[in-house]
Amino acid sequence: MNLHEYQAKEILRGHGVHIPPGKVATTPAEAEAIAKEYGTAVMVKAQVHAGGRGKAGGVKFCKTPADAKEKATAILGMQIKGLTVEKVLVTVAADIGSEAYVGIIVDRATKKPVFMVSAAGGIDIEEVAAKTPEKILYVPVDPRYGLPNYDAMRMGFFLYEDVKLARGAAAIMQRLYAAFMASGCSLAEINPLVVTPAGELVAVDGKMVIDDNELDRLPAIAALRDESSEAPSEVDARKANLTFIKLDGNVGCVVNGAGLAMATMDLVKYYGGEPANFLDIGGSSNPEKVVNALRIITADPNVKAILFNIFGGITRTDDVANGIVTATKANPLKVPIVIRLTGTNEEIAMRILQENGFTASSDMDTAVQQAVALAKGGKAA
Amino acid sequence: MSIFIDKGTKLVVQGITGRDGSFHAKQMIEYGTNVVAGVTPGKGGQRFEGTVPIFNTVLDAVQATGANTSVIYVPPPFAADAIMEAAAAGVQLIVCITEGVPVLDMTKVYPFVKEKGVRLIGPNCPGLITPGASKVGIIPGRICTPGPVGVVSRSGTLTYEVVYQLTRAGIGQTTCVGIGGDPINGTNFIDCLAAFEKDPHTKAVAMMGEIGGTDEQEAAAFVQQHMTKPVVGFIAGQTAPPGRRMGHAGAIISGSAGTAAEKIEAFKAAGMGVAARPIDFVELIRARLQ
Repeated sequence: MNLHEYQAKEILRGHGVHIPPGKVATTPAEAEAIAKEYGTAVMVKAQVHAGGRGKAGGVKFCKTPADAKEKATAILGMQIKGLTVEKVLVTVAADIGSEAYVGIIVDRATKKPVFMVSAAGGIDIEEVAAKTPEKILYVPVDPRYGLPNYDAMRMGFFLYEDVKLARGAAAIMQRLYAAFMASGCSLAEINPLVVTPAGELVAVDGKMVIDDNELDRLPAIAALRDESSEAPSEVDARKANLTFIKLDGNVGCVVNGAGLAMATMDLVKYYGGEPANFLDIGGSSNPEKVVNALRIITADPNVKAILFNIFGGITRTDDVANGIVTATKANPLKVPIVIRLTGTNEEIAMRILQENGFTASSDMDTAVQQAVALAKGGKAA
Repeated sequence: MSIFIDKGTKLVVQGITGRDGSFHAKQMIEYGTNVVAGVTPGKGGQRFEGTVPIFNTVLDAVQATGANTSVIYVPPPFAADAIMEAAAAGVQLIVCITEGVPVLDMTKVYPFVKEKGVRLIGPNCPGLITPGASKVGIIPGRICTPGPVGVVSRSGTLTYEVVYQLTRAGIGQTTCVGIGGDPINGTNFIDCLAAFEKDPHTKAVAMMGEIGGTDEQEAAAFVQQHMTKPVVGFIAGQTAPPGRRMGHAGAIISGSAGTAAEKIEAFKAAGMGVAARPIDFVELIRARLQ
């Protein structure tokens, strides 16, 4: 789960990181009032889960409250990478002397949290890593011991020659690390970390990505989810305990298991079609899940054919068959359906489907080819 | 022959009285796995299905029965502790089926298990099966048959699909291992490839990877440098959009890294066979067995 900048900053502030004052506005008038309250130049920043907000025109410097209102009018409602801006952060503009990057991620290779710091901040760290890898210092942390001060100081001196700044930066790394662990992050970054002309260290932008597996035990973090920033179908699916990602194609896919779901999408493409979604109904298949899956998929007007691909291990294929029958009795399908199922209780499932006028195959390639042909308006081969 | 488990495997089931644990314990016993003990705190002294003794702790189970392998079906908040408990109790192999273990928990558990010298498979995995000898986890036994092919995969049902296609074509398996779809797991592709290379009965390996991370690229380099046996690979997620977690916590393209295209390139560069579809494993493996 991604946090908005203002949410990440609130968490970092709670851990003692110096953040310029800021408040969220959902209307231009609110933005103006916040700017007036601060009585100084502000930044108006789009709050959407997308990188490249600045390049897209979603981050603006405003000298006066009237200016803030005008810029907020332009930014609110604008589209950034397909997402509509519903909120802006109005924050006191910092005087910028130098910009550094400080980030921490869970690294798959070392299997540890790893700090990445660079004096080349303010820009995309991936670009720095690709073009000038020597400008990044990587420091792995053993989470059983935490971040030792000597490592924090090593990073501080990598960024700043001045000992006062190095110490200040080391303290910020400790606080960032504490926030990272306490919030169940897979990524947390401050970019840029700014030294003001007055010699103060200030976190001007912050980003946090939360490990979805942490949300059950961190209700305060889970409550930060902003459903308005997600596709409604994905919110609906999550509430039904389905893993669903909407795509642009026209073959709606219902599959059990993430790997098989991806392989099914790939096979749709292989046979000349385009998948409309990723959907994993998971391991334990009560018929209700199938009913919800069909509801969510058929709500997408792009879907021209539905493909079930079920390999029953834990999943009982008769549960899936019952789900299909129940769902289609309540809401008759307007598009063709192709069913492939094999595995646990396959014979019972096939009988249930036949008795209710469905045909099913036990072969994945055959089913995918049929679904692709039907989505193109043709007949099943 | 096989890797990691065989007829000598003596299994303790952690969470044996839970919904998933009890169902799969029965399935494993039915398959012929030597299930010697179960663990559920507070139910020590009882018996599972009237036969398998239940203990309060893994240590009690190991001391009383000599269990050398553990399988974990406990809920995610308790899984990390269950792994450490098993490692501390002295089993040699731990298989964690549980899905949804927080990755920060794994950053602490992984070095603990390594320092004990214990092999961990998973979490978030279907476990492993040596057809005809032993099954630890949830892979359906009837889709497997003994034979010369080693199978290793990051996924569950996709493994079943490929194993099922191989079995239908008359190609059996030495051992099938699901290493799991999480970003941090105990056993990676290279661990399994190295074990298959050493196993005299494995003649070829089928490997199913997916988007995210660089495990498959490193595995390809290992195949090129250290393996004499042929390996055929597949990558799921060629149509996955970047930045979205495709079900598995580890299946995510971050920025431009971890794409299917770069992994397939690595396979080709290492001289591996590349299956474009799951069904293609059959002919590619068959050709390499001759």
